[in-house]
Amino acid sequence: MFSKSTHDIAASFSRRGVLAATAGLVLGLASLTGAKAADDTIKVGVLHSLSGTMAISETTLKDTILFLIDEQNKKGGVLGKKLEAVVVDPASNWPLFAEKARELITKDKVSVVFGCWTSVSRKSVLPVFKELNNILFYPVQYEGEESERNVFYTGAAPNQQAIPAVDYLMKEEKVKRWVLAGTDYVYPRTTNKILEAYLKSKGVAQEDIMINYTPFGHSDWQTIVADIKKFGSAGKKTAVVSTINGDANVPFYKELGNQGIKAKDIPVVAFSVGEEELAGIDTKPLVGHLAAWNYFQSIKTKDGSNEKFIKDWQAYTKNPKRVTNDPMEAHVIGFAMWVKAVEKVKSTDPDKVIDALPGIEAPNLTGGVSKMLPNHHITKPVFIGEIKGNGQFDVVWKTPGLVAGDAWSKELDGSKDLIGDWVGKKCGNFNTKTNKCLGSGS
Amino acid sequence: MPAHLSARLCSLALSLFLIAFALPAFAGPFEDAVAKFANDDFSDTEEAIGVVAGSGNKLAFPIISALQDGRLMADPDSKKVYVTGADGKSIDAATGEAVASVPDSASAVRLNNRLRRSVDAALGSLTLQSPDVGTRLQAAQSVFKSHEETALEAVDAALAKESNKSVKTALGEARAAILLFKSDATEVEKLEAVATLKARGDQDALALLTGMGDQPDSVTKAAASAISSIQSSLAVWSTVQNAWYGLSLGSVLLLAAIGLAITFGVMGVINMAHGEMVMLGAYTTFVVQEVIRTRYPGLFDYSLLIAVPLAFVVAGAIGVLIERSIIRFLYGRPLETLLATWGLSLVLQQAVRTMFGPTNREVGNPSWMSGAFELGQITITYNRLWILCFTLAVFAILLAMLRYTALGLEMRAVTQNRRMAASMGIATSRVDALTFGLGSGIAGIAGVALSQIDNVSPNLGQSYIIDSFMVVVFGGVGNLWGTLVGAFTLGIANKFLEPVAGAVLGKIAILVLIILFIQKRPRGLFALKGRAVEA
Repeated sequence: MFSKSTHDIAASFSRRGVLAATAGLVLGLASLTGAKAADDTIKVGVLHSLSGTMAISETTLKDTILFLIDEQNKKGGVLGKKLEAVVVDPASNWPLFAEKARELITKDKVSVVFGCWTSVSRKSVLPVFKELNNILFYPVQYEGEESERNVFYTGAAPNQQAIPAVDYLMKEEKVKRWVLAGTDYVYPRTTNKILEAYLKSKGVAQEDIMINYTPFGHSDWQTIVADIKKFGSAGKKTAVVSTINGDANVPFYKELGNQGIKAKDIPVVAFSVGEEELAGIDTKPLVGHLAAWNYFQSIKTKDGSNEKFIKDWQAYTKNPKRVTNDPMEAHVIGFAMWVKAVEKVKSTDPDKVIDALPGIEAPNLTGGVSKMLPNHHITKPVFIGEIKGNGQFDVVWKTPGLVAGDAWSKELDGSKDLIGDWVGKKCGNFNTKTNKCLGSGS
Repeated sequence: MPAHLSARLCSLALSLFLIAFALPAFAGPFEDAVAKFANDDFSDTEEAIGVVAGSGNKLAFPIISALQDGRLMADPDSKKVYVTGADGKSIDAATGEAVASVPDSASAVRLNNRLRRSVDAALGSLTLQSPDVGTRLQAAQSVFKSHEETALEAVDAALAKESNKSVKTALGEARAAILLFKSDATEVEKLEAVATLKARGDQDALALLTGMGDQPDSVTKAAASAISSIQSSLAVWSTVQNAWYGLSLGSVLLLAAIGLAITFGVMGVINMAHGEMVMLGAYTTFVVQEVIRTRYPGLFDYSLLIAVPLAFVVAGAIGVLIERSIIRFLYGRPLETLLATWGLSLVLQQAVRTMFGPTNREVGNPSWMSGAFELGQITITYNRLWILCFTLAVFAILLAMLRYTALGLEMRAVTQNRRMAASMGIATSRVDALTFGLGSGIAGIAGVALSQIDNVSPNLGQSYIIDSFMVVVFGGVGNLWGTLVGAFTLGIANKFLEPVAGAVLGKIAILVLIILFIQKRPRGLFALKGRAVEA
């Protein structure tokens, strides 16, 4: 979902030369390993940026998949074959994502791809996956309004993160006035549109909603924090719902802390701030601010699955302080589901696996079992965590059960009648009112 | 099965008996409430806070303040609750008796935001008569914030005894806040309350007045006039505030651009790796703090002072190295310089990414750079204030250096007329290297300051490079004063546009204005006259 590009066009233009050189290098390496690999391995593509602005978030996900493949191979691989990772670097460059995806599928003949972070990178590879008929597992929470046959969305849809968070603030903190603050791009804009419609349906008046967008990498938050303070002094309990992009968060929280806005006065609930982002801030002034996710590192499980995962992960990365986060858990679930589906149909043929995936269940790391739904989203629990002084979260609320991901938001007029159903209707955008599939035209 | 069942019943009866036997020793609303802390349930904790705070028990204050600091430990198995002191000694919260050690199964009682508010309110009324002036003031302020009716008695009692003037005012305001929301307060009391809040005149007072709900007509009327008077005074203050924010943003822009004003402005090198020098300065700060944290934790407050010269040396040395190995071959070829320095910036970024990892690094604020103070109705944060002072100091030193030192004279001579300077016996290539090193070193110093307000990540420099060029070009290439005026003009213009147009449109508007300005005056605000520009 984030898209951190802060350079202007000229900057990315002059970068192409360097990119092409790296691309050539990676290509050479890939073909080298490709030549070595025999038919007794199953190839798994990893499409995450390892350089450029998105490397900050995506490198961890690449390591996660390598870790999972390593673990699976220790157990004997899949269908008696070892798994082999093919790692490429799309370098935070959206068109390059499509090129790299094509390379993975046609040249390296991977059976499945785990990758992408920003919505724009997902949109960029989508035509490639459709044309070449392969599978993409997308692990990041996103704005929804999409259901594609070749994509499996293991991150949260808005109803699995944003809506429960707002419900929590309404019920538990009795919030009456809302600041929807976000970075100016597609994920915050769509999420805020959904939230605005939802808040209005709950009887919140227009003047009690303030929507604010900031550019990428915004670092001077003085005016906006002062505005939030002013908006919060209207005698009604106020909260901030933040879809502010990862990089801009550090200065935002620093300014909040310095201007003395405490969580007990105006809480901020964030959808893009996890353990990894907090690693760069002193969290003591932020204690009590909130985040909504489907996974927190601090969650204790009865069967010890989360504790074991963290221990194995830190051992694998040889870093006892390495944190885990929500998109990592999404990859863990997605990977387990893919393995199960492949074992079920005894084949890695994408068509067979795609048909087998809906209905497959895999344990998540918080003690529950997630299920792949016909709309290619999964069921997840939703947790609200408060930031603690040590950079971790303390879970203060969770949904009683698992929440099914909605591909199409029920709050927006344009999408409330649509469903994604790749099992019965074989359609990603089926209109339940008119009983028609809109098809790929829309 | 029956045997099993009867055994269970028996043990149940036994435990009931034991409880019945044990309870009288503790029983009482206070002890029951204390035991509730061990339930790990937010509603139970809230109830317990209310009962304990209102109990009048002398343990109430230690318990609630321990709860606030995370020092209240509860054992979920035995339902016992302990207060651990800062000195490591612990007492049983229900009885006040000292205990040797807290069991391992005990963990700190958890809080959420709602509970933190209750704790503040409870502590407020408990500490209203504390011997310490600061604590009393804080207590009065938290009562003002929570304005719960139950605190009225305590406030009145404290008011009668209070001798400190500012605490007295705060108590009066707290009393007004309570009375305003008290349903059975008389009209006279409420009118007085409105007047007190009007005198306070800040956003908190405004919040109370707008949110007070149904009131008698006269009170509503008085409140409406109070609201409008507060609002108009706040509007004036908000202009002052915007000006301050503008100055602060301007100082950040100036700091980022000042090194570039030397390398690009004075030397004419289109240095795309300038941002990376800033980043190197920030990482130097990180390394310094890391060493201090592990070896000499007492020096943490001085970490920035130590980092400034180091950052200058590190970035400056790398600058000299770059000039000697790359840039000196490219003088007079702007396009190649641009591409080479851009490539260099990518190399430096990736090098830092490999060495320090792609994620943000934590650079702490020393205590003298944290927090804020109130000046009238505006909040001024210490870090911004220090950065402003620091920037002006760097600017002044740089200016003095260029004007009054031999190196400064040589630099000006070389940049103004290279051949003449060379024939006068100045080693021009050495001066080039030193000038570039100076510009880079100053960028490194900027990194130390920027690490206090921004991410310390490999991408840090990228976000400042465009702004820096903008400032230098707008201010006039080759003129340090132009950079100063340009930075503050852009900062203030940005901050006055932002509340009107929003952050995104505001930034676009500034860019459009600069383009129009450059059309009219291609050489910026302060154009250098004479041959220097052609050189």
